[in-house]
Amino acid sequence: MRHAWTLTKVRMRLAVRNRAFLIFSLIVPLVFLFLFLGLLAHDDPAAVPYRLASVLALTVMGSFWGLSVQLVTFREQGILRRFRLAPVSAGALLASSILSNYLMTLPTIAIEIAVARWLFHMQGWGNLLGVAVLVTLGITTFAALGLIVASITNTMQETQIISQLLWWAFLVLSGATVPLPLLPGWLQNVALFLPATYLVAGFQRVLAGNAGVLELGPEMLSLAVSAALAFVVSQQLFRWEPEAKVPRRAKYWAASALIPFLLLGIWENANNRLRATSLSDYLSIQPSSQDEK
Amino acid sequence: MSSAIIEVENLTKRYGDVQALRGVSFSVQEGEVFGLLGPNGAGKTTTVEILEGLRPADGGRATVCGLDPHASGDVLKQEIGAVLQSTALPDKIRVSEALNMFASFYQRHGDTGQLLERFGLQEKRQAFYSQLSGGQKQRLALAMSLVNEPRVVFLDEPTAGLDPQVRREIYSIIEELKSNRTTVLLTTHYIEEAERLCDRVAIVDQGRVIALGSPRELKQRSAGKTRIEIRLARPEADGALGQLEAVSGCRSTDGVYVVHSTAVPRTIVALVKYLEAQGNELASLEIAAPSLEDVFLELTGRRLRD
Repeated sequence: MRHAWTLTKVRMRLAVRNRAFLIFSLIVPLVFLFLFLGLLAHDDPAAVPYRLASVLALTVMGSFWGLSVQLVTFREQGILRRFRLAPVSAGALLASSILSNYLMTLPTIAIEIAVARWLFHMQGWGNLLGVAVLVTLGITTFAALGLIVASITNTMQETQIISQLLWWAFLVLSGATVPLPLLPGWLQNVALFLPATYLVAGFQRVLAGNAGVLELGPEMLSLAVSAALAFVVSQQLFRWEPEAKVPRRAKYWAASALIPFLLLGIWENANNRLRATSLSDYLSIQPSSQDEK
Repeated sequence: MSSAIIEVENLTKRYGDVQALRGVSFSVQEGEVFGLLGPNGAGKTTTVEILEGLRPADGGRATVCGLDPHASGDVLKQEIGAVLQSTALPDKIRVSEALNMFASFYQRHGDTGQLLERFGLQEKRQAFYSQLSGGQKQRLALAMSLVNEPRVVFLDEPTAGLDPQVRREIYSIIEELKSNRTTVLLTTHYIEEAERLCDRVAIVDQGRVIALGSPRELKQRSAGKTRIEIRLARPEADGALGQLEAVSGCRSTDGVYVVHSTAVPRTIVALVKYLEAQGNELASLEIAAPSLEDVFLELTGRRLRD
């Protein structure tokens, strides 16, 4: 793990020197923040935590492409071959992707919470411990899922296409942009299979609903198991050589990382726990407009 | 009995329809600078990459430091260093960062500051990789390959595409390694490089070793083929020159007689006497000592760099 830490430090330095990375990891999330809190919260401090939850979820989901897919570029350019000559394991390289992603996202998260609290007058901090746990689990999971995407694609172009498709699904269906209760019923059923949905709902619970960490059991368990599976699978599928192609079995392996969410989705579709809390969290930001009438 | 640090026996490798290696065998002694000389596509890089553990062989046996490169993983990696045919690093990594990072991967590593100095990179230590010239990048690649004080260094075409100045610098680095008794396996298609640096050379063509020995031994094999190129004041019959002492063959094109001699001094004396007797004169005479290029040409009927 010493090697993973060395790689993490180097990759963080490389990321800071990369303008595109800074734009996507800092500027874009802040734009989301001002859009959501400025336009959607309507100067209503009570609505701020709910909207902040969306922004935090989107920021965390950003690690999906962050430094994980960088490994594809490294492979394509033949940089991984050079690493392969040294006693460095695939695990260390993969772990450094997650770790550097995590450390690079934390400042953005802190800025977002601070801006919400002081600029948009969020009342209180919500359950900060819950936020910390979700941020940690969320980044680990989404970065690990990014590693899977990186391992089942051959070129950066393919990686971009797949990431884009998944990203839009996360963006639209997770409840981060359109609140889950406002989606048509059948789309809500689909959304219950997406990791992103649980991340958004989790943030809404701890920020708007002030829920305790333990109330998020199923979400956290799924995220953790999924992260672990994704990491193990991406280690199995890791390719050093630019010309090495994705083996056919890889896609089945990759799908296995989503098993926890498949199970959770089935369970949720049966008993509607998340849909109920999601609706109550959504309604909690509505009364202010009703009171005015 | 043998102190071979690299042993290669009947190695085969196929990529799709291309049979890259058709049974390559050789061994390298500890402290030796060993060259694989051959044209592009001969199988040099494939051989080296199998020894580095980057590729599995289809058949045959290879050991480096007594270990199977494909199966031994990190244990062997601690002992070897390598410069790939083309080294790539992230554009925005600094020279010193790259070197220190790679040093940190090894249990045993030298002083990276000293390496930077030795490779003339001290002034560039803060430069980004993308800002380096081709020669500087190659010197960094070499420095990186030595960061763990390896027992065996693999250099795959270390001077390809570099200007003569940088090439000479790299030669002196390899000579320094040689004097430190580091084993070097070098691939090249430059004759000068093989002749100047290597204790022994394996000439590789189409996936096979077609000749093996010291540059001197290899050239002696072609000693019978020392070429003497002669221009005369008046033409002579080819047959006449072919009869001269120690001449193994003669042909003429455009007034130039090419005589192959097994004993150059005797042939020349005989030639001068013969011309005097004929009342003819030499217009010019050139002796082309056999080079590894000639050896290659003789063995394959092709030039090394076509």
